[in-house]
Amino acid sequence: MQSSTIETDILVVGGGVSGIAAAVEAADCGYNVVLIEKEPFLGGMAIRMHRYFPKLCPPICGFELNFRRIKSNARIRFFTLATLNSISGIDGDLTASVRLQPRMVNDNCTACGDCAGVCPVEKPDEFNYGWGTRRAIYLPHVQAYPQTYIVDGQSCPGTECAKCISACRYGAIDLQMGERSLQIKCSSAIMATGWQPYDAARLTALGYGRFPNVITNMMMERLAAVAVSKGRRITRPSDDREISSIAFVQCAGSRDVNHLPYCSGVCCMASLKQASYVKDSNPETNIYIFYIDIRTTGMQEEFFQRIAAIDNTSLVRGKVSKISEDPATGDLIIEAEDTSLGKMVRQRVDMAVLATGIAPMGTGPSIGNAAEDGHGFAVRDAPGIFAAGCAKRPMDVSSSIRDATGTVLKSMQSARRRQSRGG
Amino acid sequence: MADKPAVFLCSGCGIGDSLSMEGLSSTASSQSPDSTCRIHPALCSQEGLRLIVDGLSAGVTTIVIGACSPRVKQECFSYDGPAVVERVNLREHVAWTHEPGHPDTQAMAEDSLRMGIVRALKVSDIKPFTPEVSRTILVVGGGISGLSAALGAADAGSRVCLVEKSPSLGGWVTRLHRQYPKEPPFREPLETGIESLVKAAQAHPLIRILPSTIIEKIEGSPGMFDVTLNSAGASETIRVGAVIMATGFQPYDPDRLGHLGFGSHPDVITSVQMEQLASEGVIKRPSDGKTVQTAAFIQCAGQLDSDHLPYCSSFCCLTSLKQALYLTGNNAESKAYILYKHFRTPSLYEDFYRNAQESGSIFLSRTETPRIITAVDMLTVEAQDLLLNEKISLNVDLVVLATGMVPSPAPALNLAYRQGGELPELRYGFPDSHFICFPYETRRTGIYAAGCARQPMDSLSSREDAYGAAVKAIQCIEMVARGESVHPRAGDRSYPELYMPRCTQCKRCTEECPFGMYDEDSKFNPLPNPTRCRRCGICMGACPERIISFADYSVDITSSMIKAIEIPETDEEKPRILAFLCENDAYPALDMAGVRRMRFNPHTRIIPVRCLGSINMVCITDALSRGIDGVILVGCKHGDDYQCHNITGSELAETRIVKMKDTLDKLSLEAGRLRVVQLSLEEYGRLPAILDEFLESIVEIGPNPYKDL
Repeated sequence: MQSSTIETDILVVGGGVSGIAAAVEAADCGYNVVLIEKEPFLGGMAIRMHRYFPKLCPPICGFELNFRRIKSNARIRFFTLATLNSISGIDGDLTASVRLQPRMVNDNCTACGDCAGVCPVEKPDEFNYGWGTRRAIYLPHVQAYPQTYIVDGQSCPGTECAKCISACRYGAIDLQMGERSLQIKCSSAIMATGWQPYDAARLTALGYGRFPNVITNMMMERLAAVAVSKGRRITRPSDDREISSIAFVQCAGSRDVNHLPYCSGVCCMASLKQASYVKDSNPETNIYIFYIDIRTTGMQEEFFQRIAAIDNTSLVRGKVSKISEDPATGDLIIEAEDTSLGKMVRQRVDMAVLATGIAPMGTGPSIGNAAEDGHGFAVRDAPGIFAAGCAKRPMDVSSSIRDATGTVLKSMQSARRRQSRGG
Repeated sequence: MADKPAVFLCSGCGIGDSLSMEGLSSTASSQSPDSTCRIHPALCSQEGLRLIVDGLSAGVTTIVIGACSPRVKQECFSYDGPAVVERVNLREHVAWTHEPGHPDTQAMAEDSLRMGIVRALKVSDIKPFTPEVSRTILVVGGGISGLSAALGAADAGSRVCLVEKSPSLGGWVTRLHRQYPKEPPFREPLETGIESLVKAAQAHPLIRILPSTIIEKIEGSPGMFDVTLNSAGASETIRVGAVIMATGFQPYDPDRLGHLGFGSHPDVITSVQMEQLASEGVIKRPSDGKTVQTAAFIQCAGQLDSDHLPYCSSFCCLTSLKQALYLTGNNAESKAYILYKHFRTPSLYEDFYRNAQESGSIFLSRTETPRIITAVDMLTVEAQDLLLNEKISLNVDLVVLATGMVPSPAPALNLAYRQGGELPELRYGFPDSHFICFPYETRRTGIYAAGCARQPMDSLSSREDAYGAAVKAIQCIEMVARGESVHPRAGDRSYPELYMPRCTQCKRCTEECPFGMYDEDSKFNPLPNPTRCRRCGICMGACPERIISFADYSVDITSSMIKAIEIPETDEEKPRILAFLCENDAYPALDMAGVRRMRFNPHTRIIPVRCLGSINMVCITDALSRGIDGVILVGCKHGDDYQCHNITGSELAETRIVKMKDTLDKLSLEAGRLRVVQLSLEEYGRLPAILDEFLESIVEIGPNPYKDL
């Protein structure tokens, strides 16, 4: 396997909103940075969102600026389809071993799309949770950076087809591209490995995976984004019918010792934000938000008051105990105790969004001490290896960027210690 | 300035299938007769790039590349050295979005190329301004945020001067008995550790601490701020490179909480006073010194309340849990009742909440605002419990009002800036940047707010916030030293130059600059401070005399590009629309529409701008007097949830266009020929329709009467 070694000041593991912030802020201070990201594009979870709260502004606006900084700052190098195998050494002198999966498309790619035009294989578009299709050779989404196609090795028939290779005028496709490995020598590493959504299928009483109109909050981001990009109203998964009622189920698998015992801190704001998506596209929709506490701290409180005041928005204080489906229509029946009335309610809605929480992604082989009930988050650093953003604990986008910026300081301190040791 | 530009045209990615490359080549030679023009089917390939490199080695200093968007393949088409490289977007904005082979598509491409060549020839070399800088950081405020910023920066090698207005360091955290836990197992309140933080700062060789010191004034600009300090009457001026404002908070004035019993009874106290009681050992009632057996904590005291603070202070639920544990931890029979509206212990703090409840002596009830009944020897709290749906009535020894925070009052910085002495406020006295993605970027370059001065936050967040501010402060100094702007045009080395002989002292630049870059002398002449500048060009857009320009971006360049557009005569019935697209949102949006192959009309001519606010109205008049039928400006949203990265740019543009309409009336031109559209980047799918709709409305108005003159 091809292998090479590079040297840098700071290794950033993870190319989501935290990793990118750490990289650009460090580079503008004058440090050399190598960033590795496991997906074929940068942006992580945040770039999948339609808008951020509370400003209701698009993630791609901030990413556009930071991608511009990455493009124009020679101190930043990044690798996609890259995962960390191991990291060892001491503060100031670390070596990371990285595995690079083959994209099967090289840097000659101009994203002209001729390859996808002839590819015979059609697959569900996973970026949009299956709402839409893509080819076996594809650009993951319209703002994908790097703007380079990728071959899905699982579904591509390989060299026996190779129609894409004939169509490509730039020699950009190499279906025999192999894995490579990379050794990165650095002074310190920032683990910005982010989070994954809690698996909603484990919430067996809530119907996710059984009823098509029960979706998660991350899926709702894409549902709204796809609708807006096509100039359509929001429709529900089962029958593509425009919705006229929707339920948001807060704390779905959170603040629950049977699932995630902690709170993710963002799902209240996220559901309120998604209520605004619904109001923008389908103004007459009846919105029901079932909650335990509305956790909109600081200035976020104003956003809560604003959304809660919108017509046809009901906040029901009571945890949802069960969701069932009317098989004739695909409608859902939400069962919850309305504590203000002191009784159970059964509310029929067109669709439901489960506000599932932030589960740790794990920082992989580096910061191993995730136990002792940090719930899998890297609540403590290791020497020279610093966690940032949701790798550390659940937090929102603005806090993640703040945290990643501050974590650069730890890397700078590490570099200074190395300097004073004569390193 | 250039003489013989080399034009390189790429015919790949469908460009050659859509356009006549020979036609473009002729356009290049007629626009610039000395130029050379090479066409290649894949300019970004090794072979294609070699063509360009060969051109550079042969001494060419101006290169025009007609190919894909300048937002892609930057790593290919970047060159060190003095060469000007102008990229003309023939792919996303022309070939991918218009009918291949159509003469109108060709006309659009040819105009784009003309404009690009004109620009390339007019751009001057940027002579960067790289001043000597001070790498010392001023930290204003010696509380937990200030101390964290100072220690963080000093441990990274920076010199720090920390000023604190009171005689001692540590701020509000010194008044805490304990802090709530910040890491697992989230059970017991912990020592605050503030004394060791203070000692560490005092002992650090790179930190100079000045207690009992206020700031008399700050003059200058990033990299070279001159700060005049006053320590008990003695003045001293120091030079620093950046400033971190960590002036913290004040508790909300409890005298305004008479409706909750404060002031009516000595045993109705605030959470601040509760810390004091706890520090004294067993918690005793202020009235008679008896040991407190029962206490009621009233959450959101004077908060979530339009008569008081409409926002949440973020830390009070955690504080009340902690204080309840002070009580019950000390005294097994005691009971604490916490009455709340929403109980906010987000993220991993939820563990603290759950663990506190397991003690069995802490009772939490969700209620509407409780009534506090104060009798001589009894305090009663009455409320409707919203979970149990019953009225509760609690006789307690002590009532603790969980009050919120407001930012420390001004003045703190006393900036000797023409636009005022403090950081411009967003809401409720907080100077937040309002940018989710760029939380530290205030409206004053090189000055960063941290901790509760920035937004209400708990003490862990205050520390982390301070580290980030330290990074930004260090970064700003380094960027200034390199002659570079910070956010949003990070890395830009151009800066505005003013031709003062024509200045009429109208003060528009000094007033409209969102960042307070300009000071003024006694005769109202603008005095630029280049290291404060964000290179947005709003001043250039504001100046009625057009005296402001950047080496690579000026009114002259833009007007010349407009003049390069070919205007067909009226009887050809080919309207011409000029679209100014903001580089932050609208330009990328059109690229994305291109990636999706969405079509729009071929009569639009695109000029990218740094900010809509940088468009000088004379360019609009130029366009109209040349016969352009309509001008549309597409940029970022303004308003309460503004997205404009230059804060007020798009709003200023809209105001100026409204005023322009009066001018149009006098020229007998219809107001509808000008339009400003706010676009958010995820709405890119609307942009083709926006441009087409504008064209339709212009066609309805009719051709510009000045066209054939």
